[in-house]
Order: sequence, then C-alpha cells, then structure tokens
Amino acid sequence: MENLIALLVGAPLLGAAVLLCGGRRLDKTGHWIGTLLAAVSFAIGLALFVDMLGKSADDRALHQRLYTWIPVEGFQADIAFQLDQLSMTFVLLISGVGTLIHVYSIGYMEHDERRRRFFGYLNLFVAAMLLLVLADNYLLLYFGWEGVGLASYLLIGFWQHKPSAATAAKKAFLVNRVGDMGLSIAIMIMFTTFGTFAFGPVLGAAGEASEGTLTAIGLMLLLAACGKSAQVPLQSWLGDAMEGPTPVSALIHAATMVTAGVYLIVRSADIFNAAPDAQTVVVVVGAVTLLFGAIVGCAKDDIKKALAGSTMSQIGYMILAAGLGPIGYVFAIMHLVTHGFFKAGLFLGAGSVMHGMNDEVDMRRYGGLRKYMPVTFVTFGLGYLAIIGFPGLSGFFSKDMIIEAAFAKGGTQGWILGSVTLLGAAITAYYMTRVMLMTFFGEKRWQADAEGHEPHPHESPKSMTIPMILLAFGSVFAGGIFGVGDRFVHWLEPVTGYAHGHPPISAAAVTSATVAVMVIGVGVAYLQYGRRPVPVVAPRGSLLTRAARRDLLQDDFNHAVFVRGGTHLTRSLVYVDHSLVDGVVNGTAASVGGLSGRLRKLQNGYARSYAVSMFGGTAVLIAATLLMRAV
Amino acid sequence: MSSMAVHSLWTTAAEPLDKIPAPHIEYTQLSPVLIVIGAAILGVLVEAFVPRKARYHSQLFLSVVALVAAFAAIVALAAGGYGSTKAQIAAMGAIAVDGPALFLQGTILLASVVAIFTFAERRLDPADHGHKVDSFAAEAAAVPGSDQEKAAVKAGFTTTEVFPLALFAIAGMLVFPAANDLLTLFVALEVFSLPLYLLCAVARRKRLMSQEAAVKYFLLGAFSSAFLLFGIALLYGYAGSVSYATIASVVDGTVGSVNPALADTMGNDALLLIGFAMILTGLLFKVGAVPFHMWTPDVYQGAPTPVTGFMAAATKVAAFGALLRLLYVVLPGLTWDWRPVMWGVAIVTMLGGAIVAITQTDIKRLLAYSSIAHAGFLLAGVIAATPSGISSVLFYLGAYSFVTIGAFAVVTLVRDAGGEATHLSKWAGLGRRSPLVAAVFAVFLLAFAGIPLTSGFSGKFAVFKAAADGGAGALVVVGVISSAIAAFFYIRVIVLMFFSEPKADGPTVAVPSALTTLTITAGVVVTLVLGFAPQYFLDLANQASVFVR
Repeated sequence: MENLIALLVGAPLLGAAVLLCGGRRLDKTGHWIGTLLAAVSFAIGLALFVDMLGKSADDRALHQRLYTWIPVEGFQADIAFQLDQLSMTFVLLISGVGTLIHVYSIGYMEHDERRRRFFGYLNLFVAAMLLLVLADNYLLLYFGWEGVGLASYLLIGFWQHKPSAATAAKKAFLVNRVGDMGLSIAIMIMFTTFGTFAFGPVLGAAGEASEGTLTAIGLMLLLAACGKSAQVPLQSWLGDAMEGPTPVSALIHAATMVTAGVYLIVRSADIFNAAPDAQTVVVVVGAVTLLFGAIVGCAKDDIKKALAGSTMSQIGYMILAAGLGPIGYVFAIMHLVTHGFFKAGLFLGAGSVMHGMNDEVDMRRYGGLRKYMPVTFVTFGLGYLAIIGFPGLSGFFSKDMIIEAAFAKGGTQGWILGSVTLLGAAITAYYMTRVMLMTFFGEKRWQADAEGHEPHPHESPKSMTIPMILLAFGSVFAGGIFGVGDRFVHWLEPVTGYAHGHPPISAAAVTSATVAVMVIGVGVAYLQYGRRPVPVVAPRGSLLTRAARRDLLQDDFNHAVFVRGGTHLTRSLVYVDHSLVDGVVNGTAASVGGLSGRLRKLQNGYARSYAVSMFGGTAVLIAATLLMRAV
Repeated sequence: MSSMAVHSLWTTAAEPLDKIPAPHIEYTQLSPVLIVIGAAILGVLVEAFVPRKARYHSQLFLSVVALVAAFAAIVALAAGGYGSTKAQIAAMGAIAVDGPALFLQGTILLASVVAIFTFAERRLDPADHGHKVDSFAAEAAAVPGSDQEKAAVKAGFTTTEVFPLALFAIAGMLVFPAANDLLTLFVALEVFSLPLYLLCAVARRKRLMSQEAAVKYFLLGAFSSAFLLFGIALLYGYAGSVSYATIASVVDGTVGSVNPALADTMGNDALLLIGFAMILTGLLFKVGAVPFHMWTPDVYQGAPTPVTGFMAAATKVAAFGALLRLLYVVLPGLTWDWRPVMWGVAIVTMLGGAIVAITQTDIKRLLAYSSIAHAGFLLAGVIAATPSGISSVLFYLGAYSFVTIGAFAVVTLVRDAGGEATHLSKWAGLGRRSPLVAAVFAVFLLAFAGIPLTSGFSGKFAVFKAAADGGAGALVVVGVISSAIAAFFYIRVIVLMFFSEPKADGPTVAVPSALTTLTITAGVVVTLVLGFAPQYFLDLANQASVFVR
C-alpha cells in the first residue's frame, strides 16, 4: 500500500503540469481533467484510509522513500513520505474538500476564459499541500510549504487585471516570506543541533537538546505558523487575500492552507513539549488572534472579509489548543477538520450569494435572500449553526473541547485562557448571526448598479449547490462522529499523544457556559440587526468599530513601523553607501590615480635621471642586504 | 663569438702556457645554441654575398629553419632525459643542461619563431616606390630625413640584417639562463644585449624616437652591465672562483682550501653581500623591476613594435631564468639574506607598475608598465624559494611570452597615416569597426589581467599559490591588490574599444599577411589552451623544475 502514497501527490501534480503546459487545446476539457485528478487523489486517500483502519493503532504509519534529493556527504535530503494518522486526517480533508471545491469551481468559473489555468493552479495547490503533510522530513515539508505559498500567490492574484488583486497577492507573498524565514531558520538550527531534519530522528532526540535550543526552534516554527496561518503579528494578509476567487478563499484561505501552521506545531509536538516557554508564546498568540479576528469579523460589511476575520479567529482557537500541549493537540486537529467543513461551506455559500448578486459583496446591499436562494440559505445556515457551536453540530463538539482544555491548563493561566475562549465564542455567535441576518433576513436592500443592472438573485447551478450540500453534511455530523466515544482522540493519540485535561469546574458547567454565551451573542446580534432595519450606508460607529473596520489598524501599524522604518533604514544605508562606502572606494581610486600622475612625472625621459634611479636602487639593495645580515 | 672560447681563456690564464688542455665540449648537449649561432653567422654571410633582392627570403628561411631545428634539438634532449636524470654541466662547467635550462630555452625558441614572423611582415604599410616595406628602416645608418635616406627608400633597400641580429640575441638568451659561471653569464648578457640595442634603433617610422630609445637603452644597459661586472669581481674575491658550484660551497662553508692569493678576502661576507646585490642589479635591470625599470617604457615605445614584442617576451624569459639559477644554485645558503630584499623589490615592482600604468595614454607604454607589474608577479614566485616556486615561474614565463607577443602584434595592425596609431584615444570604438581584432586584443588584455580561462589566470594562480605556500602570504595580498589595480586599466581599454563611439578620423586595421596572422593565432591559442587545460603544461614545468648543481 505504501507505494500509493506518492500517487496522492503525483495525481494533482500531473494535473497541474498537463493543464499549465497543455495550452488552449485543453480549454474545453481542462476543468474535467483537474477535477478528475483531484478525485483520484481522494480515492487513493480513501483506499489508504480503509487499509489503515484495518491495522492496529501502533502499526498504522506507512513510509515511502522515492529517492535521495540532495546527496551530499553529511547532508542527506530524501524525497520520502510518511503517512500516519495525522497525515491521513489532512489527506482526506485536503483531497476531499479539494475535490468538492473543484466541482464547485466548474460552475463558479464557467464564464472565466482562463478557467483552465485556474484549475491548473488549484491542482498545483492540492499537490503542494499534500506534499506538505506527507513529507517525512522538515526540508521536504518546507518544499511543500513554499509550494502552497506559490499557489496561494497565483490564486489570490488570479484576476490580475484588478490592481487590488495583484497588490493583495504581493502582500500575501511578502508577509508569508517573513514566516518562511522562521521555518528555514528553524530547519537550520535543527540541522546543526541534530545533524538531520527527518521527523523520526529530530523528534525522537528532541529531549536530548538543551531547552534553549528547543525554545529557539519552537519560536521559529511558531513564526512560520503565524505567517501561513495568519496569526498575530503576521495576520494582515488574510483579509486582502479575499480578492481571490471565492473557491480559492474556501479551499486555501479557510479550510486547508491556513491550517498548515497548526499542522506544523502539532507535528513538532515533541519539540514544544520540551520547550514550555515556546508553548506559552504559542498560547498567547492563539488567544490574541482569536479575539483579534473575532472583533474584526464583527465590523466588516464585506461578507468574505467578515468570514476571513472568523477564519483568523477560529485558527486562533486551534493554535491556542496546540499550545496547550498533549491536552490540546487532538482537539486542535479536530477543530481544524470540523472548521474545514463548515468554513468551506460558508465560503461556498458566500460565493453562491455573490454569484446570484452580480458579485456584490457588501452585506448591507443583501437582505431577504432566503426566499431567492433556498439551498444556499439552508446549507449556509447549517454552517452558521455549526460555527457558533449549536449543540449537536460539528463546531459544538470541537470548540467545547478546546474551551475545556483551556480551563484545564490550570491555575490563573487556565482561568484567563478559558475566559478568553468563552468570550471568543460569544463574539463568534454575535458576528455570525449578524452575517446571517444581514444576508438572508430582513428587507431586500439591493439596488441597480451604475449601469442600471439590477441584480436578479437566483439559486446557483447544481455543480455549485451539490458541494455545498455535501459540506453541510460534514458541518452537521462530523463533530458528532468524532466526538462521541472519543473516536478522534483514539485515532490521533498514537501520533500526537494525549493527556486528559481536568478543568477546575466540571465539564458540564463548561458546556453550559459555552451554550449560554452563544445564546447571549446571538441575542445581542438579533436585537441589533434582526429587530431593526439595516441601514444601507454604514453608520459612523464607535471608535472601536471604526478601528475594527480598518482591521484594528494592522496596516497602519505595519506602515508606520515597517514601511516607514524600512524606508528610513534604506535611506540611511543609501546615505552611508554614498558618502562612506563610495567615498572610500572613490577616494581610493582617486588617490591611486593621483599617485599614478605624480609617479609618472619621475619618468622624465632623461637617461641621466634613470641612471640616478638605478644607482640609488643599487645603493638601497646593498644597504638592505647588509642590514639583513646585521640584524 | 661564442662564450666557450672566452671561458677557456679565463680558466687557463694563471697556468703555464704549455699546459693548455683542449677544452672538452659536449656538442650534442649544446646543439641548440650552436645551431642558432651558426645560423646567425650564416646570416651575416648572406648579407655579404647574396643579392639584395634575395636576401629577405633567404634570411627569413634561414632564421625559421634554424629556430625550428634548435627547438627540435631541445625536444630531443629533453626526450633523452637531459632535463631530468641525465642533467649535467657541459662545456667545462660553463653551461648547465638541465630541466629549467631546457624548458626556458624551448620557451625562448618558440617565442622567437612567432616573433620572427612579425619581423618579416611586409603587408601592413602600402608599398613605397613599388617596394614592399616592413617595420624597419630602409637604411639604418642614414640620417633621418636626409637625401641619403630618401635614396635608400627609393631604391627599395631593406634592413635584412635584423634577422641575423635577432639570431645572435636569441643565442645569447639561450645561454643566459643556462650559464653556470658568472663570466659566461656576463658574456651571454652582452651577446644578447648588443643586438637588441641595434634592433631598437632601426624603426622605419618615428626614427628619431627609435634612435633615442636605442641610445637610452644602450647607456643604461652599459651602466647595469658595469654593476654586474663589478659584482662578479667582488664575488670572485669572496670565493676565489666564478663557478656557481664553487661559490655555493664557499657560502655553505664546505670548501676548505683557500687560494693563497686571495687569503685576505675569501670568506669575507661583506664582499659576498655587496657583490650579490650588484649582480642582482644587473639582472633586475633586464627583467625591468622597480627601480631599475625606467628604461622600459621609453624603449618599448620607441623600438619597432615587432622588436618590442620580441624583447618583452624573450628577454624576460632569459633574465628570469638567470635570476632563478643564481638564487637557487649559488645562493641557497643565503636565502635569509636575499628574501627580504627581494620582497621589497617585488612589492614596489608590482605596485609601481600597476599604479603608473593607470595614467598612461599610449598603448605601448601601457603594455610596458604592464610588463613591469608582471615582473613583480614573477618575482613573487621566485621568492617562494620552493620547487613549486620554480615551476610556477617557468609556467608563467611560457604563458606570458605568448600573450605579450600576440598583444604587440595586434598593436602593429592598428594604423593611421602616421604608422601605428598607438595613442589610446584612437582605439575608441575599435570593437565596432573591427570586432575580430578588438576581440582578440580583449582576450590578451583579459589574460594580462588574470581573468579565469586564460593563461594569465593559470600563471598568476600558480605563482601566488607557490608564494603563499612558501610563506610569502603578505606578498600575495599585495599581488592581488596590484592585480585589482591593473585590471582597471586593462578593462578600461576593453571598455574603450567596445563601448565608445568610433572617431571619424580613427585608425584603420591593416589586413596582415599570413605571418602576423600566424603569430596572433598562436598567441590566442596558447592563451586559451593554457587557460582551459593548463594541467599538462603545469606538470611539464613541474618535471623541469630541478636545477643541476
């Protein structure tokens, strides 16, 4: 079976190659090829999954070594794969959700003349993402990591004729570079410390290295995770990334790629377990981001940006859980998977709404769409109930576990984290209810655009609604399937380790509190947006609202500190270069030239002067020779 | 006359006349020198007896055949093991036949063959009164601008004497690096210097400048010869002999018997050191090291360009050969005394040559200063005082001589109404007008600058590596700095040729005959071969790096 692992990556990679090199003759069939190859990958993943279920829990990891990538004395990098329960979870999520989104895109991108290229990029993304989670060493993981970054860049900027899309792509790429530096530094430290970067030896020997080294590796890995998963302080690119086509936002910037940071931290569990300081930083980053994203989500009128804030916030939950150590790893991944379902569903729903509304994204111009788009309304609604943690649905199980684990951290820290996660749950309920109400309820608020086209909201074609329906099933049932009887815990425990956390208050109390804050959040939103008509033009709002609309001033901060600071730094460096470095260089050249001119005058053309020079030279030679003997 | 006769006169001077033994001469081992000298004498006879019209072809034929035959003899000797296992001292202790001698003699002969081709070039200037003209004056003895000169030009006279003169010079150069006693050294020096003085004076154009150069060269050469001779006298006083081997053993203190006539002076280190310094002056003058270099730019500029190329290449090879033998055979026991002094000379030579070259505006003077800087690089290899130092210098000399002759041959092609257009401003835009010639010249300049994949890089790398291994790391640093400075003016010429607008009244590039073409081609081929695949030749130089004692 292990020989199939390479095919998981190979099938979409082949698709990308065929579609991107195939040229116009594939314009008619390209999207089918891309979808088929993504489905092939999913089918292989399912086959491997069934095979894996048939084995005992400790015997499930598969390895495949293709060839040695970089054979250098003392430095060996293999193209080798490792498929264990953790990787398998991701493989199914990526190829499954990926295939659905391919299907959705057939309809969504129908009128785009560059659809073939779009599917080529999507396949490239799936291949790179699978490589990322299947690699058996950090270097190959890094390769996949950069691959998804590239695919993300290409897809955010897919509509490159829009300057905003091109700029957003560049922004995402640059911010991600900061994180990538962290990953490469972490890998370098690993290599100097352990002499290898394969998971087995590095993680197996993690206990032997000094805590300082491990903390350094952990912090660098966290920096990488922050970049890819849009965590504070590298969160600024995600909102702008919504410039990409909506399927891209669903697949890459909600369900899969942005969770790569969580994978990285959980995969490196042995390092973080031995570096408590790094873990603390992870938890802080997660807690800050989950509030940051939630607050931003409350203020956005652009439906995709509101969802983007939500994504940031939910990944904050996952990072926080991953920072809790063995009591949280499993739940981080569990929330990651359930979030993959409901957030992808929500984004596809948003795409469906935009599809019916002439690509309008401002929720203040929606309203009452439930009558026009019943399927979208129902599937979106199920995703909504899942994300706010409505009892029995997916999000309820996974989020509740994380809140419990946060309390179980113990001490003051536990109470703080628990409260933050509860607060986050309340805000989540609030902003999601707001999205729901503004979009599907109330009076219709849409108007004709500048050219007089009035939108005619309508339900999307089957190729778009069927993926939404399937994802809605996941939003409803995945949490129950995972959570009941601790199935997911037993599944992942052999890889990530698991320790049952004991919260200071009873689990039932935590659950009750979770439900209570959810109800409060929904209630407040209903009072604000359900009972009163929604103004078409946004009111000025409080200071916090205005700041949240500007993404809590993240860009202003980056501009003031990094852009202006960088500009000043380069200006001063240019000044130093001009005055000092060039001064020295030019000065040297000038002085050599001057010396040359002066020495040249010695060459006056008179044989007598030349003879004097020779005579003097000989005298010096003699004197020097005698002197050498004397000393 | 040949040096052997002088030598035997000297060795027997103190003996009663009736005991003169017949000197034993190894004709086989000395055949390269004998062939060239024989041809030179034949050349004189050709001048005397062959009709004027046939002289040019006879002289050219004779010279080329003699040089090729001499080179064949060298190869045969080397193949016969005379460069290694059968190395010996021939002609009653006067001439060494060993690896370095054969290697250097071979280099001199090859360089001379291609140089002779440029001597014989008659296609560059338009025919004068229906007679083809070469680079040499119609009648060297005529006063420039006089009626006598005009008559000579009209009659189509040519100075075919340059061929036998060159052959004499070559013969002297062949003996110079092989000389194994001080008097042979001196005689060889004069044998090759005197014809060179004459050759410098016979330029067809700019004759006054040519004559001025010759006079300067002669005066200063005589001055340096005087130092050399004085040094020889002092060393004789110190060792009681002029033989290298004997002096070396006195320096080492292994000779017990004292010549009673010299009992007062023998072993007096002051004599040794002062004499050594004076001999060094003579040799450093010939290699053009600072501060004995001042003749170089003037003479290089004034001499007919083919002679300049020949002189710059072959003289340097011969003089460095003699310097190596002196330092490695006679004075190895004195290494700690001569090394610091030579350090100083090498540093000022490298820096001086490179720095002054920057402000030169004449291509021939530029190349002259470049040759000074290269002398400095070579001195760095000499100072290494290791076998790899010897072999690296041998390799460098071989590489350098072909680059030099090739470069000067290109200079002869770029002409305007006044002859060669040597002012740099006239070379502007040459690459646009004559891309091939400019590209070839660029190859030579890159080789001078020591850019990889040219022989200049291989050579420079070899000497610097030898110097660093020999404990002269600081010298290498200075060498690299000088190379950087030197690169500036080499590259500047390339920039000038390819990136400047050509001048309206710029020079034209003459189409040469097969002779100069052959010379330039040989230069380019050797430059590139030694740059791409230097290993075989480095090995050859390595095998040839042992001096016989």
